[in-house]
Amino acid sequence: MEIGLSHYLAVAAVLFTLGLFGIFLNRRNVIVILMSVELMLLAVNINLVAFSAFLQDLTGQIFAMFVLTVAAAEAAIGLAILVVFYRNRASIAVDDVSNMKG
Amino acid sequence: MAFAGFMFYIFAAICVACAVMVITSRNPVHSVLFLILAFFNAAGLFVLIGAEFLAMILVVVYVGAVAVLFLFVVMMLDVNFVELRRGVKRYVYLGATLGGILFLELALVATSWTLGPQMSSITLGPVVGTVSNTRSIGQVIYTDYVYLFQGASLILLVAMVGAIVLTLRSRAGVKKQVIADQVSRSSKDELIVVKVDSGSGI
Repeated sequence: MEIGLSHYLAVAAVLFTLGLFGIFLNRRNVIVILMSVELMLLAVNINLVAFSAFLQDLTGQIFAMFVLTVAAAEAAIGLAILVVFYRNRASIAVDDVSNMKG
Repeated sequence: MAFAGFMFYIFAAICVACAVMVITSRNPVHSVLFLILAFFNAAGLFVLIGAEFLAMILVVVYVGAVAVLFLFVVMMLDVNFVELRRGVKRYVYLGATLGGILFLELALVATSWTLGPQMSSITLGPVVGTVSNTRSIGQVIYTDYVYLFQGASLILLVAMVGAIVLTLRSRAGVKKQVIADQVSRSSKDELIVVKVDSGSGI
């Protein structure tokens, strides 16, 4: 059976849904939420690269590279904020992140 | 071609299974390790589709940098992860409902889209069949997208500076080497020549 564009789109859709589900499933754990966001970005990258390959247009791959850049920056900054938060509160539970609330 | 199809199903199945393990695993260290495996398999998918450069970038950036960063943070923080999973069941149904709706929407989009008739004429960076993927990406990224490329490097620089500024702290009571103080010392301030009479102490 020939592997077409729709196969890649299906894999990306499943990965994206799993990323979204992971955010709900690990609602209190910021680290796993960040990992779920990485999964969602990976799904987007798979979509971009699949369309790029099947439409014979390199722009999708270039854009996927920029998505990768932003994902790496986001992970670094997010984990830095997490470390600072842990230093101040000795906890990483999302429920505790309410210092700024009124 | 049959082999490529077989490998696609292998990579896709392992990738999805690893994604499931990432979000359901009790131990975040296991989550990170499954995330690494998921990225390896996604890189395999990229190789199958002909995007070798992006596959290698994915392995280098994600497995080499981002996942290791996650692993460092997970292992450094002394957090009771079991306590964090308390009350998970409350959100399973909401998450499953929203996830199901989103998946249905994605499935509808994925099965019903068509390419516009003018699609072939607006290709921005057409693939040249004779050169390799890496070379053709380089040819596009250093010409048409050079400003965006520089912008991406600026984003990385800002992220690096931001991460350092956020996590660097100066604690009281910790002896640290201050290079500027060491360099600016002169012998006049520190060295005292004392005339000592013979037979008596200082």
